[in-house]
Amino acid sequence: MLPIEAYLVLSAVLFTLGALGVLVRQNPIIIFMSIELMLNSANLAFVAFARLHGQIDGQIFVFFVMAVAAAEVAVGLALIVTIFQARHSINLDRLNSLKG
Amino acid sequence: MSVDWIVFLSLAVVSVASAIGMLLSKSAIYSAINLIINLITMAAFYLLLGAPFLSMAQVTVYAGAIMVLFLFVIMMLGSEQSSGQNLVPWQTPLSILLSVILIGALSYLLLDRSEFLTSASKIAQDFGSPEAIGLLLFNAYLLPFEVIGILLLAAMIGAIVLTRRPKRLDEALSSGADQNLAEDTHATD
Repeated sequence: MLPIEAYLVLSAVLFTLGALGVLVRQNPIIIFMSIELMLNSANLAFVAFARLHGQIDGQIFVFFVMAVAAAEVAVGLALIVTIFQARHSINLDRLNSLKG
Repeated sequence: MSVDWIVFLSLAVVSVASAIGMLLSKSAIYSAINLIINLITMAAFYLLLGAPFLSMAQVTVYAGAIMVLFLFVIMMLGSEQSSGQNLVPWQTPLSILLSVILIGALSYLLLDRSEFLTSASKIAQDFGSPEAIGLLLFNAYLLPFEVIGILLLAAMIGAIVLTRRPKRLDEALSSGADQNLAEDTHATD
């Protein structure tokens, strides 16, 4: 059994990469993928802590996170399709018609 | 260096490299494929951490269902290539700076202030098996399980409503408006 810190540091690195993806990319599909990456890194931390404490409850939480991620992806991709039908572009920097 | 470390480090390298590849690739399709690789390495980590059922669920739900949804939408929208020109030029350096601060803070917290991490306890033989997870899920966590079912149903209905063809929506609205108009005239008559 490796020290739990190894998994936690990996989880932190993946979370940071996901946050960086949300900040720098302009394609909303790739931003959604970065959000999935962040959710997954949180899941990894959950499973690592479940292993650390020897309790399965952390793994149950991972299930709920997976279900919420699936719901979020379904609604988010539907929104992207709707925006594409209306504007014929999904570049986030160009979707600034609400800008004052 | 033990076998555990070799397995962990090689998987971690693949995981981080695929995440970086997802960030940097110009085409959304390559990003999706990189993310699938990342999710599968995550399933391997779950196996290492004694969560075999979650590992299989990860492959089925994430690398299977969710990524297929992503690929469908990318194909529908015709994988828009990134134009290269950034409309907000100060965005990228600032994001990189903020990310470096974030990873620095997290590493400090995890490595320097890790008194709260006790050593891992021994686990039972059936830790994380489908049976153990099912028993806990349908006894202690029954209400959250039902709530998450309703959430998924609501998301499904929301996605259907959002992606209905606007033309049909207009027709429905205009016919509804005509009916209302007719009813109004009847009422005034």
